[in-house]
Amino acid sequence: MTAAILSALLSHWRRKPFQLATLILGLALATALWSGVQAINAEARQSYARAAEVVGGGGLDELVHLGGSPIPVETYAALRRGGWRVSPVVEGWIFGEGGRVRLLGIDPLTAPPDTRAAEAAADLGLTEFLGDGGAVLAAPTTAERLSDLNARVEPIDGLAPGIAFADLDVALELLETEGFSRLIVHPEQPLRQAPIAEIAPNLERRAPDAAEDLARLTDSFHLNLTAFGLLSFAVGLFIVNGAVGLAFEQRRPVFRTLRAIGVTSRQLVLFLTIELTVLALIAGALGIGLGYLVAAALLPDVAATLRGLYGATVEGALTLSPVWWALGFVIALLGTALASANALWRVARLSPLAAAKPRAWSRASAGTSQTQLILSALCLAVSLGALVIGGGLISGFLLLGGLLLAAALALPATLSAILGLAERTAKGPISEWFWADTRQQLPGLSLALMALLLALAANIGVGTMVQSFRETFTGWLDQRLASEIYVTAESEAQVPDMLAFLEPRTDAILPIWDTEGEVLGAPAEIYGVVDHPTYRDSWPLLHAVPDVWNRIADGDGALVNEQLARREDLAPGSTLPMPGGWETTVTGVYSDYGNPLGQVIIPKDILVARYPDVERTNFGLRVPKDEIDAVRTALVVEFGLPPDNMIDQASLKAFSLQVFERTFAVTGALNVLTLGVAGLAILTSLLTLAAMRLPQLAPVWALGLTRERLGRIELLRSLVLAALTFVLAIPVGLILAWVLLAVINVEAFGWRLPMMLFPLDWLWLGALSLLAAGLASLWPARRLASRPPADLIRVFANER
Amino acid sequence: MLLDVRNLKKSFGDVAILDGASFDVDAGQTLALTGESGSGKSTLLHIVGGLEPSDGGSVEIDGQPLAPMGDGERARLRRDAIGLVFQQFNLIPSLDAASNIAFQARLAGRADAGWIRELTGRLGLTEHAAKYPEELSGGQQQRVAIGRALAARPRLILADEPTGNLDEDTGDIVFDLLLSLTRDAGAGLLIVTHSERLAARAERRLHLSHGKVAA
Repeated sequence: MTAAILSALLSHWRRKPFQLATLILGLALATALWSGVQAINAEARQSYARAAEVVGGGGLDELVHLGGSPIPVETYAALRRGGWRVSPVVEGWIFGEGGRVRLLGIDPLTAPPDTRAAEAAADLGLTEFLGDGGAVLAAPTTAERLSDLNARVEPIDGLAPGIAFADLDVALELLETEGFSRLIVHPEQPLRQAPIAEIAPNLERRAPDAAEDLARLTDSFHLNLTAFGLLSFAVGLFIVNGAVGLAFEQRRPVFRTLRAIGVTSRQLVLFLTIELTVLALIAGALGIGLGYLVAAALLPDVAATLRGLYGATVEGALTLSPVWWALGFVIALLGTALASANALWRVARLSPLAAAKPRAWSRASAGTSQTQLILSALCLAVSLGALVIGGGLISGFLLLGGLLLAAALALPATLSAILGLAERTAKGPISEWFWADTRQQLPGLSLALMALLLALAANIGVGTMVQSFRETFTGWLDQRLASEIYVTAESEAQVPDMLAFLEPRTDAILPIWDTEGEVLGAPAEIYGVVDHPTYRDSWPLLHAVPDVWNRIADGDGALVNEQLARREDLAPGSTLPMPGGWETTVTGVYSDYGNPLGQVIIPKDILVARYPDVERTNFGLRVPKDEIDAVRTALVVEFGLPPDNMIDQASLKAFSLQVFERTFAVTGALNVLTLGVAGLAILTSLLTLAAMRLPQLAPVWALGLTRERLGRIELLRSLVLAALTFVLAIPVGLILAWVLLAVINVEAFGWRLPMMLFPLDWLWLGALSLLAAGLASLWPARRLASRPPADLIRVFANER
Repeated sequence: MLLDVRNLKKSFGDVAILDGASFDVDAGQTLALTGESGSGKSTLLHIVGGLEPSDGGSVEIDGQPLAPMGDGERARLRRDAIGLVFQQFNLIPSLDAASNIAFQARLAGRADAGWIRELTGRLGLTEHAAKYPEELSGGQQQRVAIGRALAARPRLILADEPTGNLDEDTGDIVFDLLLSLTRDAGAGLLIVTHSERLAARAERRLHLSHGKVAA
C-alpha cells in the first residue's frame, strides 16, 4: 500500500520536473543566503573569542591606571609585596611590512596558567620563548605580516589572528615604551592583603568586560548581516510556498481519489510530510554548498569591514563547525515546514468528495485579501509599538521587520485597488480586458510580487542609507581631514628641530596629541587642539554653544563626539568628569563617523597640563597644495623621516573611502542576490501560471487576437505589475531608510545621519526591476506567442 | 453563398479525420452537422473558424479563401465575420456578463448599444449583467456565450455542441434562443451536435462519417 501511495504521489514530480526544480532551487537559495551569512558570523565570532582569550587574560579582572597612563614597575612591585598575585601586561601596535599587529607582552612566570598566551608559551617551552633574544608568537598568517620585524617570530597554530605576544621585556623593547598597560589579577589570591586603594590609589580594578567589547561592538554589524540573511531567506520561502501550493493544488484530484479509496487523512499528510522532508534535505544540502560559496566570496569584504570599523581581526578563510552544517539542514527543514504548513493543513481537511478545483491556487477569495490586510495592520501595530515603547537594536529590527511584512501583506489589496481603478477608467475592450485580467492574475502572482516588493524596498532603503552615508562621510572627511600632511616624528627629541624647520615652510602646524582614558565608565580618546581657523572653519559640529571656539582658545570647555554624547546623554552645557578626577563643560558635539570609541577634545594646554605624559609627536601641517611634495621630501632628506610617518590628506581620504566602500560591499552583494531571487520568483510564478492561463487566453485568441499580440500583452502585464510594485516600493524603501538611519544606526553605531534622497538611483533600480520582470516574462510570453493552435483549441474540445 | 467547404482533408498522424468533406451554407440558413464522438465534427468546425489549418481542400467565407490567410488575417476574420459558441462556454473569467457579451462587438468596432441591450434582454440576462462567469449557472453562461457570438452581428455563427454541458430542459431553451436570434440576425449557422433530436430542428442536416459528409 505504501508503495502504491508513494508511486501515485511522486508521479506528479516525474511529469512536472520544472516544478520540482523550482521547489528545490527556491529552498536551496533560501538556505544558501541564510547559511552563508551565518557562516560569516560564526567565523567572525570565533575570531573574537580567540582574541578575547589572549587579550583579556581569559576573563580575569584587571588593574588599570585611572588616568590611562602606563603603570610604573614600582607600583607593580608594591602590589606584589602587598600580597597581590598580579601579572603585568604591556600592549601596543607593531608594524610589519604586511600591516600593523597588536603586540602583547606577558610575564610567563607570573601569568595565570590557563590563558591562551601562557599556554602557547608553555607549549613552545620557556627556553625557546625567552632565549635567544626572546620570541614573538603569532598565528601563521599574522607571523607572515611580521616577516621583516627585528625579532624572532614563531608561528603558532590556534592563536587569534592579528595579535602577537612576547615576553614582557621583548615587548617593551619593540614598543619602545616603559611601564605596564595593565595588571591581570589572579583568580586565587592569599587570604590577607592590603587594599589596592592603599597600595596603588591611582589604579582601578576592572571586571573583564573589555574582553567582550569586541563582540558587543560588532554585534550590531552581525545583526545587520543576519537581518539581510533573514530577508533573503524570506524571499526564497516565497518561491517554496508558491511551488508547494501549486503542486498540492494540481495533485488535489489524486489526493481526493486516494482518500476515496481508503487512504486516511493522517496517512496522506504523513506521506506528503515524508516527501517534503526528503526534498528539504536535498535542497538543504545544495543550499549549504551554495552558502559556503557565498560566505567564502563575501568573507574578505566582511573581514575588511570589521577591521576598518572596529579594529577587529577576522581570518579570511572559512573554518566551519559541524554545528553550522547541521543548522543548515535544520533551517531548510524549518523553511519547508513554514512554507508548506498551510498546504498540508488543507490536505488534512480535504474531504473525499471535494470537487477538483485545478485553478483554485491562482484564485484568492476576497476573504484571503481581507485576512492579509488585517495581518498587515497587526504587523504595522507591532512595528509602531516597537518604535514608541521599545528601545535598543532588537526593537529597531522588530520595527523594520514589522514594517516590511505589513507592506508586503498589504501589496495584493493595494495593487487590486489600483488595477480596479485602471479597469474602470480604461477605454476599449482590450484595455478593459487587460486590466481586469491582470487583476485576476494577482492572487497567482502575489507571492512573487511580495518578494519583489521586499527586495526593491530593501534595495531603496539600504541604497538611500549607504548613499546618505557616503555623501555625509565624504563631506565629513573634508572637514575632519583639513590638514594637507599628517606627520609623526620619530621621537619627542626630534620635534623642536622639526618644528623650527617646518615653521617657514607651512601655513600652520597643528599638534595632534592624544591620550586614552576612561570617560563615564568607558574607554575614550582625549585629544588636545589649538585655536586655529582650520577648526573654526571646518570642524563638523552638530551642536555647540555660540562662542565654542573662543572658549577653546581661552582654554575652557570640551567637545565630545556624537557617539559619546548620545550614549551619555550629553549636550552643550553638560558637566563632563574627566580621567584624573577633574571636570569640564561640554561646549560642543561633533560627528565622528566610523569611530567605535567615545572621543573628547580639550584645549591643548589643558591636555598637556592634565596629562603630562602625553606623546607629542603627531602634527597636522597646513601647506599650500603645490608644496606638499616638496615638504614631504624635505622632511625625508633633513630628518630621515620614514615615508610611513607622513600621510598626505589625499591618501588618507582615499584609504577612508576604500574602507567605507568595502564596508557596504557586503550589503550591496546581498541586495543584488535578493533582487535576483525575487526575479526568479517572478519567473517561476509566471511559468507555473502559464499552463493554467490557457483556458483564460484561448477564448480571447478565438475571438480575434493573435498569439503574438497575446504574448506581447502578457509581457506588458508583467512589466505593469513590476512597475506598480516598484512605485509602491519607493515609499516603503524610504521608510526603511529612515528606520535604518534614525533608529538602527543610532542604536548600533551611536551616530545619526541626515537622510538624503537619490531619485536617479531609484530610476536605475526601476529600470533594473523592469528588466528583471521583462526577462522573467519573456520566456512564458514567447512560449505563448509560438504555442501551436492545437494547444489552444484543446481548451474548446468537447472530449477533454 | 456564405460558406463553401470543398474536399476538406485533415489527418492526425496516420489517422484521417476528414477525408474530402464538402458542404455549403447560405446566408440566413441553419445547418446541423451530426456524427459520432471522434468523427471529426469539432475539427471541421475549428478549420472553418480559422482556428486550425487543414491539410487539403478549401474553405471560403463570403468568397474569401482561408488557406492563403496568415494568423493575423484569420484573427481579423474571426473577429469581424464569425461568432463562436463552445460547449465549455469559454467566457472570459475576468469580465462580467455584460462585458463578455459586448467584448467581440467592441473588438470588431461594431458595438451597437441598443442591439446589445436587446440581446441581453432576450437572453434573459438583464438581471445578471453585472455578474462574473463563476457566479452564473451553466445555462446562463451559455446564454452569455451566445450573446457574445451575436453581438457583433457576424455573417456566420459556428456552434460546437452548444447544449452539451446543459440538462435537457435548459439545453432546449438555449438552443431555441440560438436558432431564433440567429434567424433574426440574418446570419448563417453551422451547428455541430451529436443530438439527433436537436439536429432535427435545423433547416438542413448533414452527417459526418469516415471523414466524409453525407446528407
